[in-house]
Amino acid sequence: MKINAHNMYYRDLNKMVRKAIKKGEKEIVLDNVCGQYYIGDGLTRKDVKIIINGVPGNDMGAFMNGPIIIVNDDAQDAIGNTMNGGKIVVYGNVGDVLGYSMRGGVIYVKGNAGYRTCIHMKEYKGMHPTVVIGGCTGAFAGEYMAGGTLIILGIDCNPLTGYYLGTGIHGGRIFLRGQIDKKLLSRDVKTVEPDMKDKRAIENQVREFCKLFNYEYDDIMKPGFVKIVPASKRPYAHLYISGP
Amino acid sequence: MEVFRQGYEEFAHIPSVEVKDISGCGLAGIINTDGSLVGGAKIADAIQIMHDRGNGLGAGFAAYGIYPEFKDFYALHLMYDDEKAREETEEILEKRVTIEQRGGIPTRHIGRKRPFFFVYFVKPRAQKSIVEAEEYGEEKKDEFIVRMCMKINRGVKGSFVISSGKNMGVFKGIGFPEEIANLFRIDEYEAFCWTAHNRFPTNTPGWWGGAHPFCLLDWTVVHNGEISSYGTNKRYLEMYGYRCTQLTDTEVIAYLLDLLARRHKLPLEMVAACFAPPLWEEIENMDEDKKQFYQKLRMIYGSCMLNGPFSILVGFKGGLVGLNDRIKLRPLMVGKKEKTWYMASEEAAVKHICPNPDKIWAPKAGEPVIVRLEKDAYRELYGKSEERI
Repeated sequence: MKINAHNMYYRDLNKMVRKAIKKGEKEIVLDNVCGQYYIGDGLTRKDVKIIINGVPGNDMGAFMNGPIIIVNDDAQDAIGNTMNGGKIVVYGNVGDVLGYSMRGGVIYVKGNAGYRTCIHMKEYKGMHPTVVIGGCTGAFAGEYMAGGTLIILGIDCNPLTGYYLGTGIHGGRIFLRGQIDKKLLSRDVKTVEPDMKDKRAIENQVREFCKLFNYEYDDIMKPGFVKIVPASKRPYAHLYISGP
Repeated sequence: MEVFRQGYEEFAHIPSVEVKDISGCGLAGIINTDGSLVGGAKIADAIQIMHDRGNGLGAGFAAYGIYPEFKDFYALHLMYDDEKAREETEEILEKRVTIEQRGGIPTRHIGRKRPFFFVYFVKPRAQKSIVEAEEYGEEKKDEFIVRMCMKINRGVKGSFVISSGKNMGVFKGIGFPEEIANLFRIDEYEAFCWTAHNRFPTNTPGWWGGAHPFCLLDWTVVHNGEISSYGTNKRYLEMYGYRCTQLTDTEVIAYLLDLLARRHKLPLEMVAACFAPPLWEEIENMDEDKKQFYQKLRMIYGSCMLNGPFSILVGFKGGLVGLNDRIKLRPLMVGKKEKTWYMASEEAAVKHICPNPDKIWAPKAGEPVIVRLEKDAYRELYGKSEERI
């Protein structure tokens, strides 16, 4: 079904979406979206697809646990905030704090991401969030990251991330395509070679990325990847008191 | 909040916000670099789509180019609590300036208690003879107006100068943006540059004078965030005769702009570097020349650094500036379509009034976007060439 969101207040729009899902709609197209907050928040049905034409507002897909959201434009800040499961695909750029505290599911972004991408992302047992950025990210990507996977492809941009990559990181992994200028890394990370398991994970994600956004898989894979991991499990162990 | 109130016992009547809540002020700005005018309905639309970034405790608009018939006069917008405040203020004005024209600022009925607003088009004059006033250089006239504004804001109870530039004005108060736009009939004005604010006060009281934009001469500031260096900035400004009376952090930005750009004649790029300097770690990695420059700037103007999260839009007579704090803790988007530039807290606000911009992007932390009027447009609007700042 289609909903014309032109000049619609976010609460009314989100109510309509929930009502439609309750009635059994599987595919909901939102046209003329412009800044409506909280689209798709807390939705749990795995078989629901929401297609957004226009720029959705902040906190899209927050606490979402199942559906697929496709955005045919740019998206704003805090997309996928504390997301639990499901999939978000953005065909444009996204704003700051993408995947904030994300706990599960996947996000694919064709363009660039803003500052603090995947801040506080985490994983636990079977829950494993993954974010793939086609362009570059701003500074502080992977800040305080505790788990999950961030892949930055940096297609047609240089450098592919800003300063202070992985500040305070103590879990998870960041894969950067090509080489990385060491100046951009925070003191809390170290660079290693991806192992076989990592390579397989990258291949799977890049294949999906190329399928979504129409890139040549071999071209994207060519430069290879570096893996960024935490230098320590407790980067701030001695910040305030000396301890073991 | 209590900290701000110390020493301001005379403002005890101003209502305060007792509950802290999540913050998220909204900003919007438009400028036509060719000086062509755009109606106020457009900026009101842009800020209104970010309605929920505010909580009804403040909104305002700054408009440049709205008083062309009085472009040689300082347009003083006064906010009065009562008739006594007006009488006292007008006494000061009549003693100090030549008032070419005065009147109530046009408003619509909003059905609740509010201050009342007057506009005065003035020229400074010497205390005793007009001849002396003729001898004042342009620079001294600015200084004269600044001092008089400080005197009124500080000394007259219930009276505040909310704007004091030429061919521009600020309209602000308590309410959501659409209420304030309606109150001041924003839709009836045409300006070449607009900024707008939707307020969500967190640390300081929501009162009529505390709404944004803050203005001194033709500098206006709308701000999302909080300036935790307020104390340092305020003390520094006091050394140069500026008095902070509006009970909120943003005020210091307007005065710092006046001090650094007008009085110290720093170019705006350098003012931005004072406000949001690179981190020491980044300075360490620079070439020797650049490194020395930034080290010196930090040494001389360390007290002008704005600490804490902010995104600001600065309006001035020659254009519009957008700036983020140095680690980008607040959002700012910039869009451009032909000769019109848009700046806003959210991309949606830009696309709401300009659906197909030529480009739209998020400027990097601490990286100012400075948009200037074209030379001919400046001459047309102000009747003289621009003194480049």
